[in-house]
Amino acid sequence: MQSYVPFVMFTAIGFAFIFVTLLMARFVRPSAPNPNKQETYECGPVPVGDAWNQFNIHYYLFALLFVVFDVEAAFLYPWAMAFRMFGLYAVVEMIIFVALLGVGLVYAWRREALEWE
Amino acid sequence: MSVRVYTSSKSYRAGQFFGGLIVSLIIIAVASLLPLLPWYKLNPVLDFIGLHPWLNAFLKAFVVVNFVALHVLFLIWLERKFAGWMQARLGPKHVGWQGLGQTLADAIKLFLKEDIVPAKADRQLFAIAPFLSFMPTLLTFMVLPFSAAWIAYDYDLGALFVVAVSTNVALGVLAAGWGANNKYSILGGARAVAQLLSYEIPMVMMILAVVTLSDTMSMKQIVLRQAHMWNIVAYWPVMIPAFLIFLTCALAELNRTPFDLPEAESELVSGFHTEYSGMRFAFFYLAEFANNFFSAGFAVTLFFGGWYGPILPPVVWFTLKTLILICVMMWIRWTLPRLRIDQVMGFCWKVLVPISLVIYCITALIALK
Repeated sequence: MQSYVPFVMFTAIGFAFIFVTLLMARFVRPSAPNPNKQETYECGPVPVGDAWNQFNIHYYLFALLFVVFDVEAAFLYPWAMAFRMFGLYAVVEMIIFVALLGVGLVYAWRREALEWE
Repeated sequence: MSVRVYTSSKSYRAGQFFGGLIVSLIIIAVASLLPLLPWYKLNPVLDFIGLHPWLNAFLKAFVVVNFVALHVLFLIWLERKFAGWMQARLGPKHVGWQGLGQTLADAIKLFLKEDIVPAKADRQLFAIAPFLSFMPTLLTFMVLPFSAAWIAYDYDLGALFVVAVSTNVALGVLAAGWGANNKYSILGGARAVAQLLSYEIPMVMMILAVVTLSDTMSMKQIVLRQAHMWNIVAYWPVMIPAFLIFLTCALAELNRTPFDLPEAESELVSGFHTEYSGMRFAFFYLAEFANNFFSAGFAVTLFFGGWYGPILPPVVWFTLKTLILICVMMWIRWTLPRLRIDQVMGFCWKVLVPISLVIYCITALIALK
């Protein structure tokens, strides 16, 4: 548990730093709310509708690809600490693993998941 | 007030540019180390030995927060001065010597500004976003080794910790973009997250390459392995491309030009922080510049031998190397035009990811020897 102390402390101090600054600013800054001022900013014109609507599906495709490759990296970190024990055998296995994911990337590429239309 | 005519002589401009650059580097190095100096006098090790572990960690965190906040003030000044020089103008000039007080004046101005929350916004998300974007940045500073003694916490999973924590910046950006309920914000937020996540992959692979060569994840040990030769020199066939990929990804993670689509001024006003004003806006800037310093410092740790160097104390070497790398990033920022979103994503997935996978496999074979 001892090794988590700095982690907890840094989180707490970071939080307190922002919180206290915002709190102090609250006492000195003016506050004059006004419906016109609080309107969503769109360079002048009155905004039409909400911003919370559909957007490009491609963002999800990239997110899926990200998950695949990030999990790969998460697997490779412990591997990088231990592969010296197993020598060339482990490296070849790793290269096969990376190549499999490479095939996945090529598949996504050929299916035009990486194109932005 | 009289306006001085700017000379267009090339040698004068070059002289002013490099002279100014060197002077400002020295100013920044001194100024950013000042908050650490009292602790250095008390104890050459950034460790408050004999204190209760909680108090010890508290003091360290306090020093680091002060360092980050003060350093960012000077970093923003440097960025603006640098932009001025690159575009043959003078940059901040009036507040203090050479405009050194300009950022402080801006900070005070932002402190006194009204905090406007749009009526349609999701108030909770809107309020929490500055926290979410600043705290991961601060946490990464916890494991950044300024020297063998000056590291807040030598975590034995340091490099992995950085990867794990720094990705969380995307959460803050998404919260800001979605919470504001503004079309510009949401576009900026979506672009920022797509870009942050995509460029994370090659970056993680290149960090992994260094970890594989060093056979350790502790930031301190990674530097200690470079006592005789920097990684980028010792393993140059793989490490030079690795560094270039790392730098590209760092620029993309920092939303800096040529990858500044999330806050493209000419199309999205200022992207995910369009609706922010006053102190909350200031925290996004604080996080961005602190992240800039961290990325450069991390690159120095991984590739350029961290604190090692002749004559000067290790901390000064680390800061100088980091500042030089920051200047390179600024140079790129003020030179290149902005890319389009399809170019940005295509470049990452079709060029950087395959290259980084190949480089990683070669690195593993080299490390095996």
